[in-house]
Amino acid sequence: MTDRGSSGVQGVSRAGRVIVYGLLLLMCLYYLLPLFVMVSTSLKSLDEIRSGNLLSLPKNVSLEAWRKAWSGACTGAICAGLQGFFWNSVRFVAPAVLITTVVGAFNGYVLAMWRFRGSDFMFSALLIGCFIPFQVILLPMAHTLGMLGIGNTTSGLVLVHVVYGLAFTTLFFRNYYVTVPNELVKAAKIDGAGFFRIFWRIILPLSLPIVMVSIIWQFTQIWNDFLFGVVFSSGDRQPITVALNNLVNTSTGVTEYNVNMAAAIIAALPTLFVYAVAGKYFVRGLTAGAVKG
Amino acid sequence: MGALSIRNVRKSYGSQDILKGINIEVEDGEFLIMVGPSGCGKSTLLSMIAGLDSVTSGEIYIGGRMVNHLSPKDRDIAMVFQSYALYPSMTARQNISFGLDIRRVPKAERDQIVERVAQTLQIQHLLDRKPAQLSGGQRQRVAMGRAIARNPILFLFDEPLSNLDAKLRVEMRTEIKLLHRRVGKTIVYVTHDQVEAMTLGDKIAVMRAGEVMQFGTPRQVYDDPANLFVAGFMGSPSMNFIPSEIVTLGGGIGLRMVSDGVTQVLPLNGAEAKLKTYLGKEVIVGLRPEKLTHKVDALCGMPHIHVIQSLVHVAEPTGPDTLLLVRINGKDVVCRVHPDHARAHGENIELMLDFSKVAYFDPQTELRIA
Repeated sequence: MTDRGSSGVQGVSRAGRVIVYGLLLLMCLYYLLPLFVMVSTSLKSLDEIRSGNLLSLPKNVSLEAWRKAWSGACTGAICAGLQGFFWNSVRFVAPAVLITTVVGAFNGYVLAMWRFRGSDFMFSALLIGCFIPFQVILLPMAHTLGMLGIGNTTSGLVLVHVVYGLAFTTLFFRNYYVTVPNELVKAAKIDGAGFFRIFWRIILPLSLPIVMVSIIWQFTQIWNDFLFGVVFSSGDRQPITVALNNLVNTSTGVTEYNVNMAAAIIAALPTLFVYAVAGKYFVRGLTAGAVKG
Repeated sequence: MGALSIRNVRKSYGSQDILKGINIEVEDGEFLIMVGPSGCGKSTLLSMIAGLDSVTSGEIYIGGRMVNHLSPKDRDIAMVFQSYALYPSMTARQNISFGLDIRRVPKAERDQIVERVAQTLQIQHLLDRKPAQLSGGQRQRVAMGRAIARNPILFLFDEPLSNLDAKLRVEMRTEIKLLHRRVGKTIVYVTHDQVEAMTLGDKIAVMRAGEVMQFGTPRQVYDDPANLFVAGFMGSPSMNFIPSEIVTLGGGIGLRMVSDGVTQVLPLNGAEAKLKTYLGKEVIVGLRPEKLTHKVDALCGMPHIHVIQSLVHVAEPTGPDTLLLVRINGKDVVCRVHPDHARAHGENIELMLDFSKVAYFDPQTELRIA
């Protein structure tokens, strides 16, 4: 009786599992298909693209389109590929991500562990920053950058992204630090540590997961940003997202799908890379956060 | 001057008074317990001694020095927290030496101190582990090690045993007592557990709602409670409070006690003078359960021993004693009886009331009368 019952339950659960995995696999294929099309198209020649079918594998694998996208394709009037713009992006994304993460960590530390009169108000005010749409701040920001004399510069773009990103990173770190027992800070105070030493020696070493969250989030946001890039930079200082757009829109008779695909993948690779390296901390950092005594 | 002196200390948040004028004096090397129900202000007071909370008014002296405006690190104190508050990213060794490190103690001396502390607490084999790899009791030891390493003049303990299981708690309690004897330093210890308070303290400050209800040795607090609150808070099972009318007895006065329809008037054993004004009124008689026990013939006839008849309502064997619930003057009263002399529920028992440590309270003011 019990044997049959349990085997019945097992049978049901096995069937259920097959359905679940089947569905997951289907979803997986659905999401991976565009990537597959991009990669395979980027490896084909133009002739093959014209004659063949979208889903077919390339007959002669050629990296020519990748070479052209990197160093020869035209973005507007210049025909030097994406490489210059790629490094443009790296040049402003790296400092912007680091500054927002460091300052956000510091803000979060103060707001969570060194409450002062009005700190809750400060925090709520900062939170509003998360809900301000990009478009709203374009004009005032342009005005501000002009007044500061850093309009149309890399530092200007860094400043825009830092200001915009701080609301998010502060939120991340503050919410992470409120789960850290306050007694740690009290114990360190009695041990004689001051504000900065407590942050550096006690709090920061606990912050790896949330630092990773902040880096992934900020990197993805800033690298993928188009609007600030197109508005606050021009010419050869533009970020890769803007250059990609220009590359795709610049036609010289035929549309080079293989080059476009390769260029799009190049533009997306760094975020994929960051996620692959730091991704395992992402979910952990967002959900857990608590430090067990 | 003593190790710690708290003079008329108050704390208020806005219009709310958390502490209403606390006065406590602790001599050098004494073990002070601050005990009370949660919300009585004992932890706030400890925080104020540590310098983690500001003092609204009054003064705190540590080792004769006024410390109101000193930061925690300059007060020469060490503290053990309820959650231990060990730094998670550091090993036990680093946890213990962190304070020394900050105070720029030379490396060789630091190592020597850590070694000595580890030996005292028998945690040598744990020094290279992170807190996450330690059990509750081991974390507790490391936390104490961190406090001892600094060699302060005053130790503060904030409910250090409340996160441990019952068995370990008793072990660590003994250990803290031994440690105090070995180190010989002044300790201020906050707890809500009256057993911890009785076993550990040289002095106990029983607190309620921001006030010290009584300050004295464990014996004074237990045998001579100043009011109903202290009497009821200290001791487990707690003291019986029997409302009784003062009536005339012979030429003087006595207590009227009714148990299961039988009325008896018991003499007052020397408290007549103080209770005279209560004639015809009710007082509350405080009698600990161990003073209500089975009849021992050898003791009968002594002036402070009275015998009454009672019906057992509930019998609760605890092992060493059996607790019997009887009714006197309409109140449930707990008696502590030797298991061999206990009676089952529904049976009658002859109870012996030992009035040598009896306390009388005023039902209105809740203060001790005699």
